[in-house]
Amino acid sequence: MNHVVEFLAMDGHGLYVWGSLGMCAAVLVAEMALLRLRRRLLERAMQDEIDDGVGVSAPDPSRLHGGRA
Amino acid sequence: MTRINLFHFAAPARFHALAGRLVPWFGSAAVVLAALGLYVGFFVAPSDAQQGEAYRIIYVHVPAAWMSMFVYLVMAVWAGVGLVFNARLASVMALALAPTGALMTFLALWTGALWGQPTWGTWWVWDARLTSELVLLFLYIGFMALHGAIDDPRRADRAAGLLALVGVVNLPIIYFSVQWWNTLHQGASVTLNKAPSMATPMLLGMLLMSLAAWAYCIAMGLARARVLLLERERHTEWARAALHPSAEAA
Repeated sequence: MNHVVEFLAMDGHGLYVWGSLGMCAAVLVAEMALLRLRRRLLERAMQDEIDDGVGVSAPDPSRLHGGRA
Repeated sequence: MTRINLFHFAAPARFHALAGRLVPWFGSAAVVLAALGLYVGFFVAPSDAQQGEAYRIIYVHVPAAWMSMFVYLVMAVWAGVGLVFNARLASVMALALAPTGALMTFLALWTGALWGQPTWGTWWVWDARLTSELVLLFLYIGFMALHGAIDDPRRADRAAGLLALVGVVNLPIIYFSVQWWNTLHQGASVTLNKAPSMATPMLLGMLLMSLAAWAYCIAMGLARARVLLLERERHTEWARAALHPSAEAA
């Protein structure tokens, strides 16, 4: 048990070390979650369009590049 | 003679499928390498003679800082290819890398501040290395903001691409800042032309974490490029098939 406490304390620098690792983990998880959310929203928007009968357009140059990045 | 045609994969539908197969591999590699790197870094490597345990921030700080610069370089190359060859996919790759690069830059600054406080006695100084890294963060943000501000994606690609190319001048400034100016930041511990000035397990842990960061950035870049392509091509047959395989069959 003492070993664990000692390890977590990082000889008094625990806040700095775990603050660094924690922020890295949080940022990476958030990035992946946001991308997943973005894809799900796109799927839903496209499902709505299909339900509303918006057809597939032929490769028309003005539409081909449509959609925001 | 068989010739591999790279343009074969420049077609959005084919790229989308290929990237979809690659993402899980790079993602898994990132997890495995990070687990190994953290194990070596926190359980095998000894504590530092001068800094005690605080030095262990190095295992996230250095990989994040390296990737912040390298992702920018790759982003600028894609942006340049997109500009010169008018290649849509290249511009999408550049745009896909920007958020990941910005996050790596943020992490380099954040972990640097948390490392600076116990070792230098300050979170932040306006010295050459830290300031040029902050400028890099602003370049990423500027790239994304400029792209977002222009409605036509192809025009946005070109404008933001130009900005990305101009911003490349900042990379050598960051890299050589510790030699060109007197800074608080230490010089490079690992360079290509001389033996690294650190203990082997420390170096191993750092390299494993760096490889993990590489794999993560590649996986994230490809995954975001897939979503960007689907967004842009949402009115085409292949994009609908990719998002709703069942709807196409019906």
